[in-house]
Amino acid sequence: MGTTITTLTDATFDEVVGSSEKPILVDFWAEWCGPCKMIAPILEDFAAEQSDKFVIGKLDVDVNVATATKFSVMSIPTLLLFKNGEVVARLVGAKPKGALLQEITANL
Amino acid sequence: MTEHTRVLIIGSGPAGLTAAIYSARAQLQPIVIEGEPSSTTDQPGGQLMLTTDIENFPGFPEAITGPELMANMRAQAERFGADLRTTKVQKLDCSARPFRAWLTDDLEPSVTADAVILATGAQSLMMGVPGEDRLLSHGLSTCATCDGFFFRGQDIAVVGGGDSAIEEATFLTRFASSVTIVHRRDSLRASKIMQERAFANEKIRFAWNTQVTEVLGDEKVSGLAVRDTVTGEARVLDVTGVFVAIGHIPNTTLVTGQVDLEENGYVRTGLGSFTNIEGLFAAGDVQDHVYRQAITSAGSGCIAAIDAERWLESQGH
Repeated sequence: MGTTITTLTDATFDEVVGSSEKPILVDFWAEWCGPCKMIAPILEDFAAEQSDKFVIGKLDVDVNVATATKFSVMSIPTLLLFKNGEVVARLVGAKPKGALLQEITANL
Repeated sequence: MTEHTRVLIIGSGPAGLTAAIYSARAQLQPIVIEGEPSSTTDQPGGQLMLTTDIENFPGFPEAITGPELMANMRAQAERFGADLRTTKVQKLDCSARPFRAWLTDDLEPSVTADAVILATGAQSLMMGVPGEDRLLSHGLSTCATCDGFFFRGQDIAVVGGGDSAIEEATFLTRFASSVTIVHRRDSLRASKIMQERAFANEKIRFAWNTQVTEVLGDEKVSGLAVRDTVTGEARVLDVTGVFVAIGHIPNTTLVTGQVDLEENGYVRTGLGSFTNIEGLFAAGDVQDHVYRQAITSAGSGCIAAIDAERWLESQGH
């Protein structure tokens, strides 16, 4: 039984990320981004398989420009890993599942 | 454990998936190694995954997006029984038949195949100038459709003079206040229709006979150092974004040292898709440096599937 992926917005971002008990991996994505679509199924897998270690949120940069700008996201997909509200890792670009998990786990 | 297949297809762009559709319909139950997610061009679906509208693929009068077209081709290949694997080939041994392919770093090959269709495509060339690696994803990009959005209201540059450079520049004018096309020569290689579109676009400027010498910026791109190829004069273009579209190199790592390559590095094919190794066929951009279109690539995948099928038959497989 996996957890779901939380949809974040400019309005909810600080509260959700700041109050997350587990590290939260935020996927900055957009509908028109091909590589974002490639990693979407991987993130769903993580949400199901890794929910004891970290949780997952996603933010549509098209409609949440403020948050994307705040974290200097200039290329998507960008994955930011937050621990206690602070960015602890930044992963840019689509990568294979194993490589993503390795980089995330190394920063948990 | 090693499994055997009659046809192994490596790559899942238009060439690989068309070969998969034809081989599957010929009851050859092909295994297709489609690659792994990445943001280069070396990924499932190939280079079209990084494009927007495809306006010249016959059958789609209102255009179709690259990712949609590839999802359709993939579904069509699956429908006829192609076995698609979202992974990479680590190593390919073409020295004896059946050919051997490794998908892991095990000692034993993962797959043996009577015939292999190589459709690994090509990927973007980088400029190889100082600052490029450091500023990649910090204002420097190879994918306009991925990153263009973040340059809203900014002055940016596109480096290159071919179709893909002009397409990117035209697309980027949706966001940027100006796009300067930086090109080493004094004319474009791009097709006439693309050129006319670019010349008619008020936001597009041209820096002719101009070579990039360095990408400037600490945290993110703050300018582009260039040199005039005629006068030698150096100057700095005031841009905050740089898109590189200077061409492609074929993805031949798997077969380097095994198969005959052209002088420019592309796999040499004779008639149809035949390489110098019997049973190894090549299709799409890995062997085509001339046309490089979605439709020619698909056609070439079809040719390879038919060549492979007839060759297998002649071998009594």
